[in-house]
Amino acid sequence: MKFETPAQTNPIDRLKVVGQAHDRIDGPLKTSGLATYAYEHHREVPNVAYGYVVGSAVGKGRIKSLGLDEARRAPGVVTIVTAQDAGPLGKGDRNTAKLLGGPEVDHYHQAVAVVVAETFEQARAAAALVRVDYERGDGRFDLDELLKTAPLTGGDSQEGSGSSPEHRVGKFEEAFGAAPVKLDQRYTTPDQSHAMMEPHATIAAWQGDELTLWTSNQMIAWNKADMAKTLGIPKEKVRLISPYVGGGFGGKLFLRADALMAALAARAAKRPVKLALQRPLMANNTTHRPATRQRVRIGATKDGTITAIAHESGSGDLENGGPETAVNQTELLYAGANRLTSMRLAVLDLPEGNAMRAPGEAPGMMALEIAIDEMAEQLGMDPIAFRIKNDTQVDPKTPTRKFSERNLIRCMQEGAERFGWDKRRAKPAQVRDGRWLVGMGVAAAFRNHVSRPSGARVRLGRDGVVTVESDMTDIGTGSYTIMAQTAAEMMGLPLDKVVVKLGDSSFPASAGSGGQWGAANATSGVYAACVKLREAVAQRLGFNAADVAFEDGQVRSGNRALPLTQAAQDGELLGEDRIEFGKLGKTFQQSTFGAHFVEVGVDAYTGVTRVRRMLAVCAAGRILNPQTARSQVIGAMTMGVGGALMEELAVDTRFGFFVNHDLAGYEVPVHADIPHQEVIFLDEADATANPLKAKGVGELGLCGVGAAVANAIYNATGVRVRDYPITLEKHLERLPSIA
Amino acid sequence: MKAFTYERAKDPVAAARAAARPGAKFLAGGTNLLDLMKIEIEAPTHLIDVQDLGFDKIEPTPDGGLRIGALVTNTAMAADQRVRRDYPLLTRATVAGASGQLRNKATTAGNLLQRTRCPYFYDPNMPCNKRKPGSGCGALGGYSRQLAVVGSSEACIATHPSDMAVAMRALDAVVETVNPQGRTRAIPIAEFHRLPGDTPHIETTLTAGELITAVTLPKPIGGTQIYEKVRDRASYAFAVVSVAAVIQSDGSGRVAVGGVAHKPWRVDAADAAMSRGAKAAAGELLAGAKPTQDNAFKIPLVERTLAGVMAQARAA
Ligand SMILES: Cc1cc2nc3c(=O)[nH]c(=O)nc-3n(C[C@H](O)[C@H](O)[C@H](O)COP(=O)(O)OP(=O)(O)OC[C@H]3O[C@@H](n4cnc5c(N)ncnc54)[C@H](O)[C@@H]3O)c2cc1C
Ligand code: SF4
Repeated sequence: MKFETPAQTNPIDRLKVVGQAHDRIDGPLKTSGLATYAYEHHREVPNVAYGYVVGSAVGKGRIKSLGLDEARRAPGVVTIVTAQDAGPLGKGDRNTAKLLGGPEVDHYHQAVAVVVAETFEQARAAAALVRVDYERGDGRFDLDELLKTAPLTGGDSQEGSGSSPEHRVGKFEEAFGAAPVKLDQRYTTPDQSHAMMEPHATIAAWQGDELTLWTSNQMIAWNKADMAKTLGIPKEKVRLISPYVGGGFGGKLFLRADALMAALAARAAKRPVKLALQRPLMANNTTHRPATRQRVRIGATKDGTITAIAHESGSGDLENGGPETAVNQTELLYAGANRLTSMRLAVLDLPEGNAMRAPGEAPGMMALEIAIDEMAEQLGMDPIAFRIKNDTQVDPKTPTRKFSERNLIRCMQEGAERFGWDKRRAKPAQVRDGRWLVGMGVAAAFRNHVSRPSGARVRLGRDGVVTVESDMTDIGTGSYTIMAQTAAEMMGLPLDKVVVKLGDSSFPASAGSGGQWGAANATSGVYAACVKLREAVAQRLGFNAADVAFEDGQVRSGNRALPLTQAAQDGELLGEDRIEFGKLGKTFQQSTFGAHFVEVGVDAYTGVTRVRRMLAVCAAGRILNPQTARSQVIGAMTMGVGGALMEELAVDTRFGFFVNHDLAGYEVPVHADIPHQEVIFLDEADATANPLKAKGVGELGLCGVGAAVANAIYNATGVRVRDYPITLEKHLERLPSIA
Repeated sequence: MKAFTYERAKDPVAAARAAARPGAKFLAGGTNLLDLMKIEIEAPTHLIDVQDLGFDKIEPTPDGGLRIGALVTNTAMAADQRVRRDYPLLTRATVAGASGQLRNKATTAGNLLQRTRCPYFYDPNMPCNKRKPGSGCGALGGYSRQLAVVGSSEACIATHPSDMAVAMRALDAVVETVNPQGRTRAIPIAEFHRLPGDTPHIETTLTAGELITAVTLPKPIGGTQIYEKVRDRASYAFAVVSVAAVIQSDGSGRVAVGGVAHKPWRVDAADAAMSRGAKAAAGELLAGAKPTQDNAFKIPLVERTLAGVMAQARAA
């Protein structure tokens, strides 16, 4: 099905199942431990051996010699694979660094060997006996130093946020120079780790020249292709199975070392091998969100009209890597006739930077939305009024190009009312609650919507149950549930008459989970397949497909009605299709909007910040299931608090690695950090997006949160911190004196 | 993890004798030791499980204090009515540590002997004098935000991460032990942990095989007892710094600080300066401090945290 013109009224609009809150249908499996994650497919794969990955001990260099004898002799060892004996390997299209290092080492903890043994404990013990002698190379590890000479570089996050090296509209410098009110500030965001609960894990099994991988992965089709390319075998020979994913946040978009090392190990061991990356390896072995150094300049007239806006960002990555696209949203979020955005990219020998939840916008908004707050203060305006004043309903570069739906103002206004924004004191450091300095902050939320082709197959069984099959993944997001809701709505069935099977590369390829595109596109794929199935049903029952209604388990046309099950009584019926998109995404700018409100307390003695309450108002097209969508948004808000207050991979520029590479050193919020969250979804349906009229929301919930926290801290203390995370030492000695 | 043998000791002196053999170690709750064994930072060849020795009781002492068995769990100790009533500082510090699950396993002795959380100590690829004597200190000149500002050396700037021990230091606890010869001794907690000097791998004054049997607390001293743990998130994080203070109604008192040194940090002159306020006391506590660029903020932080504690005590 090609989606080329805005959606008309369709069966989804009935909203009997879609749009309703519903518990996730996979919930009981998860809470009872029956959902099988990558490491747990004991029944399907007997006789596994265990793999343990050895990571490079140096950040850059080469392996002079490898001593494997002692490890080989260790109890239970089956085999050891290194680059010396892995055979020729290619590299996938989407990973920057090769996944098995040696003799050249590209980054710290890059895999250099996998040890396979009868038990996990034996593999781990033997791995400690692998002797690697390195020649340490001169690595480039200091981002600030390297950015001084880094070239302008364009790039695309592969997740809906991309920018050219330099992007200009009008004459920025002139307009900025002439502006009566100006802001020119620098902001930094650190490297961050996905730190998902389930580590990267894979069981690999070969049958002849065919490889099956039970793995934890967001994008099945990408990884099937990249695995085949890396191994130099035809794509058809690779099967991926990833029914449940314990969090990914972009860290499992790409083929990673767990899958490749398991595949190589299983080939060498001649039996299935399972392995999970050990937690201390994950931060440096896998990808991370790159640090940024950003500069924002805004010029405005005295009445608060932005006349000039510039956002420049620098980041680093391995050779042939890409920039963190932190400036993209600034091309679209606010009006202003004269604009400049640009990105610089330094070559770094730190581990690979790549997508993490809302790549580009997440760190970009952390800077931009502080700048907006600062500018509003300079202008003596309320930050919400300033944002409203500079709202734009068109793409500022191409004013003929409208936003399909843009309800930023409504999000701000509704949020202000609900949050009690009128109680905020414009002057900072005015509110005390015992030892706590209390403040409120707001930030806009912005994230593009991305359309991607997505396929699905639906079967109507003799028992009247509809089964949906797609390689779509559920990374904790609720894909199972919303895809079931879509099929139920389309086929006129209750939810319990739908079964959903996901994450298997033998099913039709879907959009996958990334860039907040999963929900809207995967359900559109189900919609397309259901249209096919409805046609098949109509034909079987002798109805005219054009005027049948599917309702309450009945198929109806005029005053004739038959039970849906009757269509399958002589054998199952099948519908398979794929949603594809025309030019609507170009004709219209399709984005999602929101407003984040945060109240914090800052301990006047210790400088520690604790969030007191949070509110997000989102305008993101039709919300397919307000319950699972809310879960996505509160999870994202939590991640935003982490980014604002504590998350930072500490770089050691001498050894070239992220030092705090475990969950004791890399802190993410715990329950006690998140006392109260509220989410409001505005009633919106975006007919230009897809037949479901839905867009993404899972990353919108993150974009802007960090800045809202930062702005609340400023409102509480009167001390502006522009370097994330805002740990206590960044403002401690500038806090108002303790009465 | 290296292979090891295991025994469950039935008798304290026999346990101490077994532990005096090279490569042997006591096992209590295992929450620190087993983690370190998995990554081979500890590689004992023999474990002596001490959980059956009957050291799991809390009893009054003849001079009005309390004797807490070495194997009493952190949860049981913190919840004990006598501890809560007479030594609230200890309860507050203990429940500020780790998580409920860990405290259910963690023991009095194990907590005192937990090892540093210096990230370079935890990464076997990095130099670390504590893990591998003579290999250098990775943290000096590296990422040292969490590490020591006082009492450190050129060889090591690690901190002792315990919360419980900081309260015990303020309360003048005494560590009771028995050695392989069956001799018992009582070590004031001030003398129990060592400064790193040039042997940071030697962390306490325990001798080979010496087994901790209990920790005793002297008779209650009253006062307002406050444990303030400063950390980047609200729970389940090690202290950036922590302050354990007992403040009497006349403003005098005592104070011990965590997160600043290789041991729970207490200085006589600081106690004496308590009634003169936080600035005076903190100045004494951190006299001669040698922070790194990353952790210099701990100096004002200790003073401010103590000021907060004093204000809270005044309001109490
Ligand atoms: C994730 C995590 C977070 C934590 N957070 C905190 C925190 O915030 N604050 C805090 O204070 N602590 C924290 N801890 C540390 C925790 O308190 C310690 O791991 C625990 O107290 C150790 O006690 P254990 O009984 O398990 O010791 P074990 O691991 O069994 O033993 C530790 C050491 O003590 C020795 N030993 C044990 N018993 C005796 C004895 N009777 N005589 C002589 N030697 C003995 C052992 O040989 C070993 O060397 C945390 C731990 C973890 C894993
Ligand atoms: S501070 Fe101590 S524990 Fe840390 S690396 Fe240096 S020597 Fe090792």
